[in-house]
Amino acid sequence: MATDLNEFVINRDEIISAAKARGESDLMIRKKEAALDKIDSLEMPKPDKTKITRWDFFSVSNPVTEGTIYDSLDDLPDSVQELLDREQTRNIYVQHNNTPAFLRVSEELKDKGVIIESIAEASENHPELVEKYFMTEGVKMDEHKLTAYHAAMLNGGIFVYVPKNVKIEDPVQMVLLHDDEKASLFNHVLIVADEGSELTYVENYLSSVEESSEQINIISEVIAKDNAKVTYGAVDFLAEGFTGYVSHRGVAGRDATVDWALGLMNDSNAIYDNTTYLMGDNSSSNLKTVVVGRGSQTQNFTTEIVQYGQDTVGHILKHGVMRDAATGIFNGIGHIKDGGTRSDAQQESRVLMLSEKARGDANPILLIDEDDVTAGHAASVGRVDPIQMFYLMSRGISRKEAERLVIHGFLAPVVKALPVESVKNQLRDIIELKVLAK
Amino acid sequence: MASVLEIKELHVEIDGKEILKGVNLTIKQGEIHAVMGPNGTGKSTLAQAIMGHPRYEVTQGEVYLDGEDVLEMEVDERAQAGLFLGMQYPSEISGVTNSDFLRSSINAQREEGDEINLMQFIKQLDKSMEELEMDTDMSTRYLNEGFSGGEKKRNEILQLMMLEPAFGILDEIDSGLDIDALKVVAKGINHLRGDDFGALIITHYQRLLNYITPDNVHVMMQGRIVKSGDKELAERLEAEGYDWIKEELGIEDETIGAE
Repeated sequence: MATDLNEFVINRDEIISAAKARGESDLMIRKKEAALDKIDSLEMPKPDKTKITRWDFFSVSNPVTEGTIYDSLDDLPDSVQELLDREQTRNIYVQHNNTPAFLRVSEELKDKGVIIESIAEASENHPELVEKYFMTEGVKMDEHKLTAYHAAMLNGGIFVYVPKNVKIEDPVQMVLLHDDEKASLFNHVLIVADEGSELTYVENYLSSVEESSEQINIISEVIAKDNAKVTYGAVDFLAEGFTGYVSHRGVAGRDATVDWALGLMNDSNAIYDNTTYLMGDNSSSNLKTVVVGRGSQTQNFTTEIVQYGQDTVGHILKHGVMRDAATGIFNGIGHIKDGGTRSDAQQESRVLMLSEKARGDANPILLIDEDDVTAGHAASVGRVDPIQMFYLMSRGISRKEAERLVIHGFLAPVVKALPVESVKNQLRDIIELKVLAK
Repeated sequence: MASVLEIKELHVEIDGKEILKGVNLTIKQGEIHAVMGPNGTGKSTLAQAIMGHPRYEVTQGEVYLDGEDVLEMEVDERAQAGLFLGMQYPSEISGVTNSDFLRSSINAQREEGDEINLMQFIKQLDKSMEELEMDTDMSTRYLNEGFSGGEKKRNEILQLMMLEPAFGILDEIDSGLDIDALKVVAKGINHLRGDDFGALIITHYQRLLNYITPDNVHVMMQGRIVKSGDKELAERLEAEGYDWIKEELGIEDETIGAE
């Protein structure tokens, strides 16, 4: 009997023949084969201060589950419809568990050469584009065992390509509805913004089942070429019981910007990696994360901006609330490489603890290989300030309501940064639910 | 019938150190009382203890509002019963706008389903802010965050005007204000003056009382009220200082723990 859960057994032939039977593209099958060839030789990732050796990252009931395909927006479940801003959402991809369920792209964007397709479809229709960027610059396939595992098991996701100098005003939205307890999400988001282009992308992962014992292994890659600007918003709220590996990575060229506003509200144990590589001169990244941990979940949020170019700006802001017996580790790394002259690395991590048993840890790290830079960090872990509570309550506001105001206020800087109003509201609702539900 | 706030034999400790050593004071609606005294004599402690500040422990004595035991109430219940504390150092609360906070405060005092009408609220807010000569953007700024000392004090008075409590306890609301700001703050308090408002104004300068005429003046030393009188007492303190009281009562050092 295997006692170390990370020593898993995977059947290469079975995975490949199943992928072929499903009619996956030649490109995807080649990627899967390459990953399976490497996986045994790769190490597990080692998130700082969270021991994951006993976590079960490899139990999967069904590599792919069947979902529903919807013919129109009106057929989508209410939980999905609530997330859509009808006025603004003209470009939307909905995935039901592992099934591409609905896609709408405005004619205007199609005419301009914008590609928005499920990753499966894109790997069939645009293999050269997908191959160039899929797990090459953002996340390397053979970075560790979980990235290879991701490539080998990939069963969903979206590909977005914005051609040179095309600026998309309406956001592109992806909604993944998870309502099958046996579904594992090996989802891949690949966004390529070509030179001078602009894109706002928003994603929502949403569970409507209480619990699952399957896998979340999600990788998002954003490639912003020279002078491109990508704003990435996310509200993820998946059920408890999953084991999670979630990676959001960006690569910014000269004068490019990759900004993130991530609401990481999943109820399961998970390790999160959010990294931007500022490769080009004068590139920048603003990286904002908001988190609420509850129950007995353990989460590790490792956030890093690696600054290669000159005059780059990398700012990290993380706010987390931990209640019940939840554990949240917040590692922040600002890394200015040799040659990153006149760059600026700043970070701030704040953790608010709502109970005696909750655990929070904020670890700011600055790695500076260059002299002429500015850098700074601030971190705090604390409880709701009793003097603030006194002040609010002295105006007649109940303890519960006062705590609610303080928590919403505490998380507001990130909530405000989300690009779509309906998604902001969703995040507020989830915060409300996670913080106040008994 | 006019409400009454009664403070009887109040003893209060902070971190095990006794600050108030038996304070007695009765305030009726329609009256404005000023508590004066040098620094370190327990004036602010009195204000904070009545409202229920978590660091202040009442070890003895009672506080009643119309016969109801205030010390048995949670802080929010004290406010709902009609008490208001204008603080010397108001908390800054990030992410909560001033106007959202005010609306929550007003609604907390009303029944569920009887929340204040938004338009009515805005009208009332605009009017009060104008009276206090506050910039309109202060309603959308985060609660006290980045406010100057004077702005914080005005904001306390704004809350007082919006909440219209039975009793306002104002803890050194005049400290750090220039003369123009002081006049504005006094105007706000005078605006509420009437049969259904009582106030306990804590100050160690007489100058605020040039603009708000008190009905009663009390002097605190060594954690007790040592002398009471009318507005002439305040005027004499302004002219002569506190030494004559110390002499009269045989007090050498008026601060707490010095007797």
